[in-house]
Amino acid sequence: MTTINDDGGTVRPGDGDAVERGMRLGSGSAVERGARPLLEVHGLTKTYRSKSVSARLRRANEVKALREVSFDVMRGETLGLVGESGSGKSTAASCVLRLTEPDSGSVTFDGVDVRALSKAELRRLRSRMQIVFQDPYGSLDPRFSVRELVEEPLLVHGLRDEKARRERALQMLERVGLSASQAELNAHAFSGGQRQRIAIARALVLNPELVVLDEPVTALDVSVQAQVLNLLTELQKELNLTYLFIVHDLAVAQYLCHRIAVMYLGEIVEMASSQELFDNPLHPYTVTLLMAAPVPDPDVMAGRRTALGTTAPAGSKPGPGCPLQPRCPVGMNRPECSSQRPLLREVAPGHLVACHYPGELKAAVAAPLANTAIPESPLNP
Amino acid sequence: MTTEGSTSTMSIDAARTPADQETLLDVRGLRTEFQTSRGRVAAVRDVSFTIRRRERLAIVGESGSGKSAMAMSIVGLIQPPGRVTAGEIRLGGTDLRGLPDRKLSEIRGNRISLVFQDPMSAFDPIRTIGAQMIENIRAHQPVSKGAARRQAADLLGEVGVTNASSRLADYPHQYSGGMRQRVLIAMALANSPELVIADEPTTALDVTTQAQVLELLDKLVTDRGAALMLITHNLGIVAGFCDTVKVMYAGQLIEESDSRALFAGAAHPYSRELLKCVLRTDRRQDGLLSTIPGTLPDPTQPFTGCSFEPRCPLGKGNPLCRGTEPPVVAVEGPHGTQLAKCHFAGQLELKEER
Repeated sequence: MTTINDDGGTVRPGDGDAVERGMRLGSGSAVERGARPLLEVHGLTKTYRSKSVSARLRRANEVKALREVSFDVMRGETLGLVGESGSGKSTAASCVLRLTEPDSGSVTFDGVDVRALSKAELRRLRSRMQIVFQDPYGSLDPRFSVRELVEEPLLVHGLRDEKARRERALQMLERVGLSASQAELNAHAFSGGQRQRIAIARALVLNPELVVLDEPVTALDVSVQAQVLNLLTELQKELNLTYLFIVHDLAVAQYLCHRIAVMYLGEIVEMASSQELFDNPLHPYTVTLLMAAPVPDPDVMAGRRTALGTTAPAGSKPGPGCPLQPRCPVGMNRPECSSQRPLLREVAPGHLVACHYPGELKAAVAAPLANTAIPESPLNP
Repeated sequence: MTTEGSTSTMSIDAARTPADQETLLDVRGLRTEFQTSRGRVAAVRDVSFTIRRRERLAIVGESGSGKSAMAMSIVGLIQPPGRVTAGEIRLGGTDLRGLPDRKLSEIRGNRISLVFQDPMSAFDPIRTIGAQMIENIRAHQPVSKGAARRQAADLLGEVGVTNASSRLADYPHQYSGGMRQRVLIAMALANSPELVIADEPTTALDVTTQAQVLELLDKLVTDRGAALMLITHNLGIVAGFCDTVKVMYAGQLIEESDSRALFAGAAHPYSRELLKCVLRTDRRQDGLLSTIPGTLPDPTQPFTGCSFEPRCPLGKGNPLCRGTEPPVVAVEGPHGTQLAKCHFAGQLELKEER
């Protein structure tokens, strides 16, 4: 197996801690407890406003993409941001990389305030935080060979030595499972799964510490998806990578994530370790997502019915209460749910939930999300 | 699945229940080819099957397996350089392949409804949803504009679009993906089709929306008596919404089962491997995931033997699998007969143990 960390100093001029990072090699994916998180996100808020001249229309069309979003990610850890489209998970990741400027809140990467950096400083920092996008067809320029595509970040970050660049790119391509003979082909010659491998090679060639994975396996067939997930797991162990994983597929999230934050309309509504979240989901929205995720077992599927009646439009204006309240089977008719916004609070060690009645929906569907059938229509007593 | 159960080898047609009154769609020997720069490529290779009335049938396969090409062939929507080169397609006695385009397009939308993955492409972006629904209704029913408008509003309400009558005035882009999919289903409801072909109808949708759209498709079967042909790569959806399932690989049907039987134990090694790859929310999986090594065979190369042989954990390298096209074998199990195009169907457990 190729070691790809040993020339970290060469590929990232200006980064002084190559030695320290070299030492991390082989430490496995063990999350360093008690240490300072690699990434700290606090109180991120982002509102998109329309450009209408009328103040009334401007207010009416406001979309709160993020509301007070806070989370930490430890070194070597995978945090999943889970939610449906419009939940704000991609906006949150985009703010972390400062591809989007939030209205307020802070992003701290390895002790550095990302929002306070100058352009040049930000560019240097970006070699330590990379992203892999969902669409492997749109993210790779078809005019370049895959070797050139993987070399490009090295060039951008100042590695002038052509031979070193080429060597490093080939090494990286080999590590993600492509042969040297394929390196001179253009991206269009590759299947979706292979393209995603190339995108991963491109993201990892700079030896980043944090990798944002934005739905990296969503467009792939199930057998190919498993291959790419295996690759991501292996690379994380080998390189002690930290992943911020944006995903809507809960089964994929359960497999890859150590901890999961569930987002709804721009807010984190529940956060827990992956195991705890699936064993003991407390927020009605989490329970609904779990019930709606199809599983390949006719017996489990036989009893399931969707918990939520209608879909609220993405980013719709929530009232003063809980944003889920209009479609929540638990809170639909409860006054405090419509008048008071539930705050994210810790209900068990490491398990946070923003709900006035945590756990009630789970109790209503008679616990067994796993392996046994859920009684029909428990939500319309 | 059982290994003691009787297995027998028979021709594709004899292995299936004979066509009867309950048969809605009868496809025999369908072959669809595409002319490419690298030669002629068969996307659908001699596929035969039937759909019964009210049957909820899933067609499962990975991208490139030919499932969409097969569906498009059935409704006559294969565009050049593609062409249906052989086979019979009968819908309740009507031979669809022999029909002129005009007649065929009458059947689409009337007797067969189509629901696609990207509902935007099914609409005219510069006309309101209402105008398009009214046109669709009046194309198949002799009703006044006003009556068609009322019917359109009722149908939208039925599929869960709130403020239906005012939303008729909206344009397609003002609807979300899930809502557009509902409108398509509402249009299908209007014409009470006998067959609904849905090609990955929920792939672009959120999971809660997906569940709602699938319920609506289900309603077309239970309330309106349509048969459903659901093309999907999501085996969870198959488990939840389909009675029968056909697995496609490299342009051929390689397994046909009752859906309960498939999930209890697939009869073909490919289906079996595919099921192993699926991640589930109700089970935790640690360690590396099961994968299927290799890729689909190059369709420009001539096929010999079993198309899955190079990737098959049981047959890889076996001269029989490499040299002889496998027969369709009927395997009797606790959930009924399963058909598998495999030399070793019915002996998978035995082979796997060794």
